[in-house]
Amino acid sequence: MSVLVYTENWDGKFKKLSFELISYANEIAKKLNSTVVALSIGNVAEDELKLLGNYGATKVLSVVHDKIKGLDNQVFTSIIAQAVEKEKSTVVVFAHNNTGKAIAPRLSVRLKAGLVAGVTAVPASFKPFTVVKKVFTSKALSTVVVNTPVQIVTLLQNTYGIIETATPVVVEAFHPQIQDAEFTTDIKEVSKVTGKILLTDAEIVVSGGRGMKGPENWGVIEELASLLGAATACSRPVSDEGWRPHDEHTGQTGKVIAPNLYIAAGISGAIQHLGGVSGSKCIVAINKDPDAPIFEAADYGIVGDVLKVLPEMIAAVKELKNS
Amino acid sequence: MKICICISNVPDTTTKIKFVNNNTAFDNAGVQWIINPWDELALTRALDLKDANAGAIEKITVVNVGLADADPTIRKALAIGADNAIRINAEPKDAYFIATQLAEVIKKEAFDIILCGIESCDYNGSTVGGMLAEMLAYPSVSSASFLDIQNGQIIVKREIDGGQELLGTKLPFIAIVQKGIAKEPRIPSMRGIMTAKTKPLQVVEAVAGEPFLSYNSFELPKSKAACKKIDPENVKELVNLLHNEAKVI
Ligand SMILES: Cc1cc2nc3c(=O)[nH]c(=O)nc-3n(C[C@H](O)[C@H](O)[C@H](O)COP(=O)(O)OP(=O)(O)OC[C@H]3O[C@@H](n4cnc5c(N)ncnc54)[C@H](O)[C@@H]3O)c2cc1C
Repeated sequence: MSVLVYTENWDGKFKKLSFELISYANEIAKKLNSTVVALSIGNVAEDELKLLGNYGATKVLSVVHDKIKGLDNQVFTSIIAQAVEKEKSTVVVFAHNNTGKAIAPRLSVRLKAGLVAGVTAVPASFKPFTVVKKVFTSKALSTVVVNTPVQIVTLLQNTYGIIETATPVVVEAFHPQIQDAEFTTDIKEVSKVTGKILLTDAEIVVSGGRGMKGPENWGVIEELASLLGAATACSRPVSDEGWRPHDEHTGQTGKVIAPNLYIAAGISGAIQHLGGVSGSKCIVAINKDPDAPIFEAADYGIVGDVLKVLPEMIAAVKELKNS
Repeated sequence: MKICICISNVPDTTTKIKFVNNNTAFDNAGVQWIINPWDELALTRALDLKDANAGAIEKITVVNVGLADADPTIRKALAIGADNAIRINAEPKDAYFIATQLAEVIKKEAFDIILCGIESCDYNGSTVGGMLAEMLAYPSVSSASFLDIQNGQIIVKREIDGGQELLGTKLPFIAIVQKGIAKEPRIPSMRGIMTAKTKPLQVVEAVAGEPFLSYNSFELPKSKAACKKIDPENVKELVNLLHNEAKVI
């Protein structure tokens, strides 16, 4: 028996998310008297693979195949299904990110295993497998029961946390059967910005709305973000207007994030915006309208002009850093 | 070429969510129903492609798994511009059940491109499109934010961390679309609303299928403690609280 985790790599490296997934799986494994097996696809150095042992993985299956150039949903589904069979896995864990959303549903059909997407906690029970997930764009929670012998979950990033627990780990080369005909995705071009903190990875996010008045005022958002080691985000109208890039749009129709700190500057707090940020551990609202709904979701708030408050906040953070 | 858009009938995004029967069922009372926002964008993109590639796209069909109460939402999709609609007459129990039903119809209709939204804003599964692709053994592109036909070739882009990938893919295939696929959803024109009444909406019976999941009970999130207001003349205090009290910076 085992709990299998698909651990994606980014240019051969893992990140916080990978360790969070293993920590989460380890908690499940403890409850099931089972062990955590991680599956890695692509070139990742042995030392890097072994890092997964620090969070509870006892085995890492490493698949290196020269035809795999990037994510191919059918090929990856096939590899993971073979790993599940080999390791007799009863629970499979993915991240609820682009990759997890692409493969987990296919695997669910392949294995006839029920899939609960976007979970935020470990299952409350295993007989039957019962887990809570957010529904109605974070406006409610549902207790979901999975009626199949194998279960798949995708975990919302930054919701479980990282728990270190040094575990002896073995790395094993794994050679699944892959047919040429299974490759259907032809990646022609990749465009990527590097060096920017990804919104989904960030622990702190500074976000601006229409109350920022125009793209020319974003300097203060960027300066505050860079001081705090934060990512920048925005509301939907801001990205629709082209003031900010689309990948910064948070909310129901944009990115769903759960940072430790979310600073909302000039954002009214429409229900669709809150759907994407209400999982944040701490929300700060800066808005000139004392009745703006964002204050109902916020932990701390300032009723004031963003263009006056943000520069003062920058000064105060600088002072804090220097003290 | 024939394009299919799988549409979900969901509560309007501003709906105040409530439950009945001892918190075991969603309360439909007074709820406005809409086309799931991503599905609406998918439909918009399909119509744009049809306009831009005269003759290349012969038909745009919307398919829904639902009971008769979904008909107004389906008619809206016809009013926006879909040519015809198929409703599979069943209560949409879970993603696996829905995908099972869709697969049956899509196989028969032999569509070339199938579009699904990345998520439905009721049960937020992010799963129907991928499941459908696997059932049909079609390639799938998830997180698709761009779709075009250039010189007869299909071009898709998908979102990856920090960027995008441009892909080529074989037909038939399923694109699971997200933000970017179209900018603003199309709204029905007067003429669209008139003709929607006479466009074909075919109702077919469901095939046997069991759900994998049951949504046993619901609850509303615990209400948050009141927001601590800080004097706008004392922004330093906010930073102190974030550092010393919330311990987040
Ligand atoms: C189907 C659907 C999906 C949607 N999805 C999303 C989504 O994913 N994400 C999203 O963000 N929105 C989404 N929306 C849009 C959403 O309803 C709101 O329109 C949007 O969030 C508002 O953005 P905003 O807060 O930036 O702007 P506004 O609502 O215009 O708010 C601006 C705020 O700034 C304040 N303000 C103005 N000037 C100042 C100043 N000088 N100092 C301080 N405060 C100031 C105002 O008091 C106001 O509260 C969606 C809508 C629909 C219908």
